[in-house]
Amino acid sequence: MTTKPLVEISDLKIEGLRGREWTPIIKGESLALEPGKVLGLVGESGAGKSTLGLAAMGYVRPGCRIAGGRISFDGTDITNAPEPVLRALWGKRIAYVAQSAAASFNPAHRILRQHCEAPRDRGTDKTLDPRQDAVDLYTRMRLPDPEHIGFRFPHQVSGGQLQRMMTAMAMACRPDLIIFDEPTTALDVTTQIEVLESIRRIVREFGTSAIYITHDLAVVAQMADAIKVMRHGETVEEGPVRQMLHDPQQDYTKSLWSVRALRADAPPAFAEGAKPAIELRDASASYGPVRVLEDINFSVAPGRTMAIVGESGSGKSTLARVVCGLLPPDTGEVRVKGAVLAPDYRARSTEGLRSVQLIYQMADTALNPRKTVGELIGRPASLYLGLRGAALRQRVRELMEMVQLDPDGLMAARPSDLSGGQKQRVGIARALAADPSVIICDEVTSALDQIVAVEVLKLLAEIQRDLGVTYLFITHDFEVVEAIAHDVTVMQNGRIVAQGPKAKVLNAPHHPYVAELLSAVPQRDKNWLSRVSKARRANAKDQER
Amino acid sequence: MPASRAETLRTVGEAPFAAKLGMGIVLAYLAVAIFAPLLAPFSQSEIVGGPYEAASARSWLGTDALGRDFLTRILYGIRNTVGIALITTVVTFLFGAFFGLLAAVRGGWVDQLLSRIVDILMSIPALIFKLLLLSIAGASIVNLILIVAFVDSTRVFRLSRAAAGDVAVMEYIEAARLRGENLLSLMFRETLPNIIAPLAAEFGVRFSFVFLVISSLSFLGIGIQPPAADLGSMVRENAALISFGRITPLIPAFCIGLLTIGVNFMVDWLLHLTSGLKD
Repeated sequence: MTTKPLVEISDLKIEGLRGREWTPIIKGESLALEPGKVLGLVGESGAGKSTLGLAAMGYVRPGCRIAGGRISFDGTDITNAPEPVLRALWGKRIAYVAQSAAASFNPAHRILRQHCEAPRDRGTDKTLDPRQDAVDLYTRMRLPDPEHIGFRFPHQVSGGQLQRMMTAMAMACRPDLIIFDEPTTALDVTTQIEVLESIRRIVREFGTSAIYITHDLAVVAQMADAIKVMRHGETVEEGPVRQMLHDPQQDYTKSLWSVRALRADAPPAFAEGAKPAIELRDASASYGPVRVLEDINFSVAPGRTMAIVGESGSGKSTLARVVCGLLPPDTGEVRVKGAVLAPDYRARSTEGLRSVQLIYQMADTALNPRKTVGELIGRPASLYLGLRGAALRQRVRELMEMVQLDPDGLMAARPSDLSGGQKQRVGIARALAADPSVIICDEVTSALDQIVAVEVLKLLAEIQRDLGVTYLFITHDFEVVEAIAHDVTVMQNGRIVAQGPKAKVLNAPHHPYVAELLSAVPQRDKNWLSRVSKARRANAKDQER
Repeated sequence: MPASRAETLRTVGEAPFAAKLGMGIVLAYLAVAIFAPLLAPFSQSEIVGGPYEAASARSWLGTDALGRDFLTRILYGIRNTVGIALITTVVTFLFGAFFGLLAAVRGGWVDQLLSRIVDILMSIPALIFKLLLLSIAGASIVNLILIVAFVDSTRVFRLSRAAAGDVAVMEYIEAARLRGENLLSLMFRETLPNIIAPLAAEFGVRFSFVFLVISSLSFLGIGIQPPAADLGSMVRENAALISFGRITPLIPAFCIGLLTIGVNFMVDWLLHLTSGLKD
């Protein structure tokens, strides 16, 4: 092939202002993207993949600068190009699809109006009616009711639909290049499949070039022609998809697969007659008139991990709220070590509050930004166990060491000084500080990179081995279930559809919903998406009949 | 936030020019307020010459309508007005922020009750309300401070309730509730540090307003009582001189304006520091 590349980046260096110094973010990267090709950029957060992706559109974030190298788009140099030049390209010839469609749409305007803005202002094809075209694009993206869905507000459609509408919007001016920045990371596995499939189809139909940024090698394998793995602002390895999947050369690339390799230890033997660490009996709960949980029963033996799995909206997070007492159930009761806890947390004893601790999904919002790490971890210890002064400091040090945080360096740090993985460790230490019987982990790894997530999971498993705590692990991710759970409860629409030891539930799924969820987990196989999509369509047809 | 004293000094040293200027102005006013009796050549009610004398070696800025030394009056005016305005603003914030936090964190009927009371109070024009209360209670410094603080605290209530309301729904507050923290701890330990930024900004603005309110009340004869000097009434008393081409009434006005600007420069910078936002 001797086609001229659409985007060519050579020896690009980007620096960011940290404190008063410029520190390198991208350390001399080059890439060339031919028209109609899709390049996957893979790496942890902080690897510089988003910065490089944005640089391909000539954009650097505020506080960053291009320190060297050259970016050219379709033969023109756009390195440090003035804004009007870039603006003429953006939206029209280069489009960007962000991770959070919800944050990228203006919530105050209807989607169609936002969709039509770009083609109306700067569309090349004046004969094309943007509204008609939007309906056409929505149809291609397989959105329900394409004629009318555009008249909704962003909050009136689901996350997966919104992400597809965002892609449709990016297509509105028929750009030559689209940058996808983790478009499916925030979605459920089953929703992810639909979005991935729509994106892949529309990109192929229009022959658009794309840069697909993600941390998930399995996802990018479905979308891209070539993959570039990045770390610390440098390329670790790049090559065609097939080679990267089956014959990765670098250890780092191999380690990206390691989540799948993590397996839970054998659970402790189930002592006869021992009271379950936590038990939920006939619990039903509702938000106002809407029933969200129906007849939930489960019990977890001490030292074991129960995974509660389901898509968003299945009621798994509501379940956590019921156990914590944030949402008093309509009927049913929560028992910890045999003792009934009051339905409302305000009515619970200090002892009852101490025995159940919660680790949140978003450590960002779960840690008070104005407190130091020492204060955050120390508070439960002083509140419940009455530790003061030197004893408290000693305990905080122990806890920090337990979660592998450096007590000397980080005791006085605030959450904003920490990385995502460190914040989650603080969350874990804070839960442990209460010396609880049960820890509820609410999607604790879903906001983290795979490699960081593995470490957090390993840590949780280690803590369980040492302290014998019981976990209630709420997740939508089957890899996490495989990695850490002993027992599994699968939920759908507020009901339990399958429950039991992990091997039984996952290996021979007797419930079609479980089978569907399992098939939606991205596989290390280039043809996985096509295969699953085909199967799902066949299934849907069967059901119609 | 700076941890040690050395670090504090360094942070101050690295402050932008406007912030240093603001700090300088505020410090100068504080010095004047504290040392006014030492700095002033005369006492504030002493008649040293004829009315409306021009500047001379004895009275650098001339004399006022009663023949009192204008420079002395300015220095004492700063002492009286700044002192009272500062105390009033602090009381305003103690009141307003406490109830605002209480309403936001406790919620439910407490919030409803407090918010409706504040709505009612705010529906009465502030100056007339203050006048009314002052004429009932009688004009004294303590009454002045308490009444201005009470009426103005409704604004601070609104602000702190709104700011704390955003914080109260965060997961770390939920985590603190689940931990069994009591109400005061939720309000002051968990929520307050997160709304310091808007409160600090409001403090600067509110201080300037209180300053002006006290001046207007003095103008109406129920603020700071003569013969004690205050900047607001000095502007009024000497206003007529402007038509004779004298700048005398502008001097106290300038003193008010300068302090307002200084306070706001300083608060802007503090805000920038505490918010932890880099640009």
